[in-house]
Amino acid sequence: MDKLQIATPEIFLLAATCAVLIVGLFAQARSNTVYWLSQLTLVITLGLSLLQIGDESATGLSGAYTMDILSVSLKNWILVIAIGIFLYSRDYIGNRKIARSEYFVLGLFAVSGMMIMTSATHMLTVYLGLELLALSQYAMVALHRDNGEASEAAMKYFVLGALASGMLLYGMSMIYGATGSLNLSVIGDILAGNAQNLTDARTIGARFGLTFLIVGIAFKLGAVPFHMWVPDVYDGAPTSVTMFISTAPKIAAFAMLIRLLVGGLETLNADWQQMLAILSALSMVLGNLVAIAQNNIKRMLAYSTISHVGFLLMGIVGVTSAGYSAAMFYAITYAFTTLAAFGVLLAVSREGFEADQLTDLAGLGRRHALLATVMLLAMISLAGVPPAVGFYAKLTVLESAVNAGFTWLALLGVFTSVVGAFYYLRIIKIMFFDEPVDSTEVSPAGDVTAALALNGLAVIGLGLAPGLVMSACIAAFA
Amino acid sequence: MSFPILSLTIWLPILAGCLIIALGDRPARKLAGAASVLTLLVSLPLYFGFDSATAVMQYRESAAWLPGFDINYELGIDGIAMPLIILTTLINVIVVISAWEVIKDRPAIYLGAFSIMTGLMVGVFSAMDAILFYIFFEATLIPMFLIIGIWGGPQRVYATVKFFLYTFLGSVFMLIALIYLYRQGGTFSILGMHDLPLDKDQQFWIFLAFLAAFAVKIPMWPVHTWLPDAHVEAPTAGSAVLAAIMLKMGGYGFLRFSLPVTPDASGQMDSFMIAISLVAVVYIGFVALAQRDMKKLIAYSSISHMGFVTLGIFIAFRLIAKGDESGVALGLEGAMVQMISHGFISAAMFLCVGVMYDRVHSREIADYGGVINTMPIFAAFMVFFALANAGLPGTSGFVGEFMVILASFKTNFWIAFLAASTLILGAAYTLWMIKRVIMGPVGNDKVAALTDIDSREFWMLAILAIFVLLIGVWPDVIAGVMHASVENLVQHISTSKY
Repeated sequence: MDKLQIATPEIFLLAATCAVLIVGLFAQARSNTVYWLSQLTLVITLGLSLLQIGDESATGLSGAYTMDILSVSLKNWILVIAIGIFLYSRDYIGNRKIARSEYFVLGLFAVSGMMIMTSATHMLTVYLGLELLALSQYAMVALHRDNGEASEAAMKYFVLGALASGMLLYGMSMIYGATGSLNLSVIGDILAGNAQNLTDARTIGARFGLTFLIVGIAFKLGAVPFHMWVPDVYDGAPTSVTMFISTAPKIAAFAMLIRLLVGGLETLNADWQQMLAILSALSMVLGNLVAIAQNNIKRMLAYSTISHVGFLLMGIVGVTSAGYSAAMFYAITYAFTTLAAFGVLLAVSREGFEADQLTDLAGLGRRHALLATVMLLAMISLAGVPPAVGFYAKLTVLESAVNAGFTWLALLGVFTSVVGAFYYLRIIKIMFFDEPVDSTEVSPAGDVTAALALNGLAVIGLGLAPGLVMSACIAAFA
Repeated sequence: MSFPILSLTIWLPILAGCLIIALGDRPARKLAGAASVLTLLVSLPLYFGFDSATAVMQYRESAAWLPGFDINYELGIDGIAMPLIILTTLINVIVVISAWEVIKDRPAIYLGAFSIMTGLMVGVFSAMDAILFYIFFEATLIPMFLIIGIWGGPQRVYATVKFFLYTFLGSVFMLIALIYLYRQGGTFSILGMHDLPLDKDQQFWIFLAFLAAFAVKIPMWPVHTWLPDAHVEAPTAGSAVLAAIMLKMGGYGFLRFSLPVTPDASGQMDSFMIAISLVAVVYIGFVALAQRDMKKLIAYSSISHMGFVTLGIFIAFRLIAKGDESGVALGLEGAMVQMISHGFISAAMFLCVGVMYDRVHSREIADYGGVINTMPIFAAFMVFFALANAGLPGTSGFVGEFMVILASFKTNFWIAFLAASTLILGAAYTLWMIKRVIMGPVGNDKVAALTDIDSREFWMLAILAIFVLLIGVWPDVIAGVMHASVENLVQHISTSKY
């Protein structure tokens, strides 16, 4: 098999993105040409990626790039979610005189970054994908350039993100020094050969590097205590960008975590297991408690993200393939549930009006029942109440934590999820029990409404048939 | 495989509920009426085709659901679950009748939510897979949350959030226990968990986790405080379903999980459980006496009656220690009959208050007086249900209480004495309310302007009255189907799991 073939979707995406970039220069400011071209690009890429389902796993490009069930199914989800993001953002971006072609082009570059992250089996590829994603995101946050808050958020994101990248690179360099390789599978073999000798200089060097890797990953995921950027960036960025940051990149960050820790450093799992358990516990507690105090939905969802990252890490803490599958399921379902929630926020926003305070949703049940129902489903799913899909995500990670002997972490998890249920219920309460304060008609475009309905249906439908997604997650780690 | 009656009873009302919401307010009532009657008809074969000679699960259905995590779609019923399912489908019909003219604001969502909830509650009573049980158990919270929050009284938001969080907190600990049991036994099948050997410490912690879920749900003193709030603020039908069926999920949980999965821990904790049950019976009885709000009074009366259920369940272990197996069965069956009977009586009481509330818009006892003068037919019903609530012989309220008191007598005079005090307390708070509301001269102008119940309200109350009388004079109609299952349960819990 021609080894370049494993990267067909990425190659196409990157080439098409460059073409879209050029078209964007000449497109009229108010036309939707760039939007449609971007969607077309994503759809074709998705088609190419779907064709890879069932192909035999292969590693190529000097061992730097792989195509396996994990990468293919994560890519498919990233692309589906990206299509949703672009669709929900279209009118919002159009109404706000944000540089619209740049939004879509940067989004496409970010998607390529994410796809590279899911396939990377070499530390340099991991870093390449990560930076492609991160740099696009920094720029996206700053797109609203006349807005003070957005610029501040972009600055914070950039400075802290650069610091985290530095940590990550430093950790990688330590591991390179210890093992003499950047290829993750080679590193894994070398460390496994030294597994008995934990005081060996090599192993110590690798463990030292591991600590920095974890810091970098925790930052990208937004786990406590490396979460400081999350609320400010979520709040300051335009809502469509917040939606972008909070959905698909979480799947990519999960992939990076798996590639680095499980693919490369599994021998050191006794070390990273402890670190992740602490990150997980802190994230769940702080995320859920602080979210209660928020009146701004974007900030609230930011803290909610932090708590969900805690749950996701709980799945990996178990160091079992069932746990990894559970965490993968968690990342995917979290991404499309959050997508629905932000989609509703964008649909309620209109020209000159940002729906970002809790009261902006007041009486949505009367103003637009469908949107309110989609939001309701998203909220009960995030709260982990059956039969929404979020329940299975929580159930499976809890199960893997209990199986690994981390019952305390599981108990902490369910306890904090009850705390979390409070603020999700508050949104439901505001939508259905309160009277509307704003009587302006909410009228999202037809295709957006249809997509949101489908998205809500997925949240509840995959709750009734979770096996559809779960079987791929299990196959990825079989 | 035979015809999947259980699945149909679960999914028919759920799908009908979705349809009702989707089609909007215009056809909502007729659709809901048709769906509720159809669901009842579908569920009736469960009773008439039931083989009461065996304790084996009947109407079994099984299908793989979540591969890799051993979660199956497994249904089945025994003599403990079946009467509760019939109760659920029957109360659903009553709910539709009660809402027919009363609910003006968004009736489609209201009726749809009740219909969906009915399916979910049938699911709770028929799930044979622990996770499936948990899913149904938790999912019922969402429609009830919306029903109280949208159509409730002035304090509805506080009440509904408290209701949700209280019960959610209780049940997540059960989830961890279920996962732990899966880790031990490698199965989520409830019957598999029954046979799983567990040592003393494991049983103790698992028992506590189940207790957190079911004690809140049923509810036991001192975790009962959500109930009066939820009952008072909920719309009439919401209160009726809450009291008639949702509370029973707690009692059912004790019988399905706590006792068979952790028999030794249940035995060790029996004194504690009996003690707090008696607190509920006696102390809450006094609390009920002091209420000024009729719905609150009935809510406290419910807690007190549920104290009888837990008493009947946990007195069993005292009797097992004495080797009195017939007494054990008496206590457990008493608890079961009490649950069913309370389902009919409490629903009827809440509906009676609802009938008056629809006319006067007050639940305060002080706002009434002499209702019998203007609403004689209604007054007859209300007095009848009140007497049943107080445990008058010949009504269903008497049977369960009497069986539990009898079982208590076999262990300890003082337990029986305290339990029997309910006959006086129950009569006191119920009849005192009747005296102030129904009897006497016409209290005020609003009462003078009352009109008696129409045929809709008449039939709604009459159906319930028939069942209260039927069970009262012929208890075997429900006790008969549960003998074998209760015998089996007694056998199971008398054997140590060490």
